[in-house]
Amino acid sequence: MAALINVPSKAKRGDIIEIRTLTSHIMETGFRRTMDGALVPRDIITSFTCRYNGTEIFRADLFPAIAANPYLSFFTIAKESGKLEFEWIGDNGYSSRASASITVE
Amino acid sequence: MRMTRRQFLSLAGGVTVAGTIPVVTLRPLKATPAMLNTAIRNLVGEVPIRTGKVKLDIPPLVENGNTVPMTVSVASAMTADDYVKSIHVFNEKNPQPNIGNFYLNPSSGRAQVSTRIRLADTQKVVAIARLSDDSFWQVAADIVVTLAACTEEVN
Repeated sequence: MAALINVPSKAKRGDIIEIRTLTSHIMETGFRRTMDGALVPRDIITSFTCRYNGTEIFRADLFPAIAANPYLSFFTIAKESGKLEFEWIGDNGYSSRASASITVE
Repeated sequence: MRMTRRQFLSLAGGVTVAGTIPVVTLRPLKATPAMLNTAIRNLVGEVPIRTGKVKLDIPPLVENGNTVPMTVSVASAMTADDYVKSIHVFNEKNPQPNIGNFYLNPSSGRAQVSTRIRLADTQKVVAIARLSDDSFWQVAADIVVTLAACTEEVN
């Protein structure tokens, strides 16, 4: 699925950088009903993980109270050049990945 | 009978208002302040929760509860022996008391997380931070919501 990742392409060693992610997902709460009263089954992303060169730097548990198309912003210290990997896991076997590279000087 | 524009608009407005009434009456059970307290106790146990250190940036008046921007930040040095382990956000009146759990570590550099949340009603949002010494700090914010999220009908 489509994901938007915003990571600075270059940073100085030791800088605190902001990482922003946005992914497309309906985040159906499981509390809504159709016109004829049937409950719409829950379909949400339950977990988000960010790894920096293989080390987990940020993790989040998401609940139905997170808005559709989950947006997350968080920080990390730029330590070394490499790759940031993002993973979203959700209901009904949903899994999505994205990555971004960063150059640290 | 010819209808004037004004008559038509007032009629259309009336139909819209009538159409929204069942949404209100069909709304299922909400989380209660008791459920909020239980959810918080499940997280912290019997440890006292102190007020302070945590800052919750959220608009006090929200027009649309379906997407409410929220930023939680914690005053912390974020060093190897004094950092924020996790940030937990709860609500009072959505169908479920949890909003999100966010896990940080010393390499986060800054204890700040932003996301967008749903709010089903005018209510209180509570953010709790767990520090590396396992102390808990909290802050609460009251938010007025004019259009509710989560439980509306699917058209």
